[in-house]
Amino acid sequence: MSLIKKIMVAAALSSALSVNSAHAETVKIALVVKALGIGFFEAANKGAQEAAKELGNVEVIYTGPTATTAEAQIETINALIAQNVNAIAVSANDKDALVPALKKAMSRGITVISWDSGVAPAGRQAHLNPSSNALIGNMCVKMAADNLPGGGDVAILSASATATNQNTWIAEMKKVLPNYPGIKIVATVYGDDLADKSYRETQGLIQSQPGLKAIIAPTSVGIVAAAQAVKDAGKIGTINVTGLGLPSEMAAHVKSGASKSFAIWNPIDLGYSATMIAYNLAAKKAEAKPGAEIPIGRMGKVKLDENNEGAMADPFVYDASNVEQFAKIF
Amino acid sequence: MSSAKRTPMVIPDRLESRFAAGLKSWEMLLIAVALAVFAVNALASPHFLNPWNLSDATFNFTEKAMIAMAMALLIIAGEIDLSVAAIIALASTAMGLALQFGADTPVLVLTGLATGLLCGAFNGLLVSGFALPSIVVTIGTMSLFRGIAYIILGDQAFTGYPSEFAYFGQGYAWWVFSFELALFAAIALAFGILLHATSFGRLVYAIGNNPTGALFSGIRVARVKFILFLLTGLMSGIAAICLTSRLGSTRPSIALGWELEVVTMVVLGGVSILGGSGSILGVVIAAFIMGMVTFGFGLVNVPGIVMSIFIGLLLIAVIAAPILWRRLRGEGFA
Repeated sequence: MSLIKKIMVAAALSSALSVNSAHAETVKIALVVKALGIGFFEAANKGAQEAAKELGNVEVIYTGPTATTAEAQIETINALIAQNVNAIAVSANDKDALVPALKKAMSRGITVISWDSGVAPAGRQAHLNPSSNALIGNMCVKMAADNLPGGGDVAILSASATATNQNTWIAEMKKVLPNYPGIKIVATVYGDDLADKSYRETQGLIQSQPGLKAIIAPTSVGIVAAAQAVKDAGKIGTINVTGLGLPSEMAAHVKSGASKSFAIWNPIDLGYSATMIAYNLAAKKAEAKPGAEIPIGRMGKVKLDENNEGAMADPFVYDASNVEQFAKIF
Repeated sequence: MSSAKRTPMVIPDRLESRFAAGLKSWEMLLIAVALAVFAVNALASPHFLNPWNLSDATFNFTEKAMIAMAMALLIIAGEIDLSVAAIIALASTAMGLALQFGADTPVLVLTGLATGLLCGAFNGLLVSGFALPSIVVTIGTMSLFRGIAYIILGDQAFTGYPSEFAYFGQGYAWWVFSFELALFAAIALAFGILLHATSFGRLVYAIGNNPTGALFSGIRVARVKFILFLLTGLMSGIAAICLTSRLGSTRPSIALGWELEVVTMVVLGGVSILGGSGSILGVVIAAFIMGMVTFGFGLVNVPGIVMSIFIGLLLIAVIAAPILWRRLRGEGFA
């Protein structure tokens, strides 16, 4: 009996406390990641905390399952629904399986967005992509052109010939070429995202294109293999390797000079922007609808397309000045 | 012949140690743990005692607990089935395939049940028909069943289940009581009766205590074991229906790692991993404890790894405590 009484008193007391905290109007935003203990997401949390500090009345709850399964992520989401958080920003382990749980969250008045790894449109109000195809294509050409003031021959080392992502980015690169006079794409080869095949294809490029000045590899496997091949062929300083890669894998090649710069999303900015969007939607300062422009603090604005998806920014450029610092993160 | 009142003779499954006797029973201890978990959660979070939140929390364990009911019988009989999570994956994939051919909700349910039964029959046949050790057989079928699911689906997913189908994993039977919780209660009751109040239940205990003795007493050991594997497969099929409905989609990685959580529930519930003893009530309480601990930790945003450590310690304590107690009392090794 006394135990039940104690529980009741505790419940009454704590519900009184929660009423108090509601008065303070703290906006509770949950940053749900695929799994805890992953450098990329720890960095995203850093950005989210930065956003919370900037906004002032925001508490960021950084959470996620231990294993990257949808079932465990749903348990996390259920616990967040029960806590009456104001917003959930999730990087999904499964774009479909989370939909029923997130629908329930929305039906209880919780703002739901996805970022990084998206949720099907029925399960979220908006989705934040780290970048867009057009921005990625442009950045790849720009990085090559920035180191070639006089122009020159450029080749592309892609993944497989059927990879949708890569083909879209290559098409975008060709679209922006007129903006970079002197830059000429002379060949496109396919390394199938295999280290050895990418290496051999790069060797082939070096042989067959004597005037080659840069290689763009919009794949994290290809860029490392290409940098290695350029280094092994003694072409450092003649051929610059650029494209999309991971700082931890590319740090050595930036140091050797095989790659002057490369790009990928910045997880800190991503966590920051996701938190900003979640806040603006939860605080009714913006509305998630096609065409809407949502402010994201120091990152500017994100414009939603017809699927309520937005692109954060240009891919973030890594070079000798910052690659060491980010190599520790991801 | 005599007027003296005859008392029914009771043969205990396992002689009670003083430790167990002192605590009256395992179930009492579990109830105490459950109350403690409940009280701590209620004190730690203002949101715990909300009926809807508690209802949400039951989804953390109902599907696993359904399988744990059948698994308890299997372990009491001295066998184990580690392929249950893989059966979920295969049954869910089969339902997804049926959906592609335009199956409606009743057909989907039948597909799930039939796949579960078939998988259970396959395990049962290998174990009882060929007298193979169940741990080896089901580690094999664990890879086999999930492997088939991966071959069919690859990195794709089946979605677009009909809206009536969503009831099994998302619907409510009455007020805050979900369909899953109601179904689990019915299943627990059925298994409780089967194990504790039927002759079949006595056979299960007998086989677990002494399979050779049971065989020479005229018990059809192989047949009983086959039925137990069939039941475990069926429960996995039912769990697959509930989970698929709750997720609204199928991916081959569905329910990954659940077999260990199910076995943990059963062992925490006081079923001897060596077979021969245990009760359904204990497993039911253990299921509630695991679900409530997960949910309670989630409410105060404790990372999942702490939860795993807690369950691990609980499990070691549960298994080690009676043994340590006996040794401390100078009764030697068991």
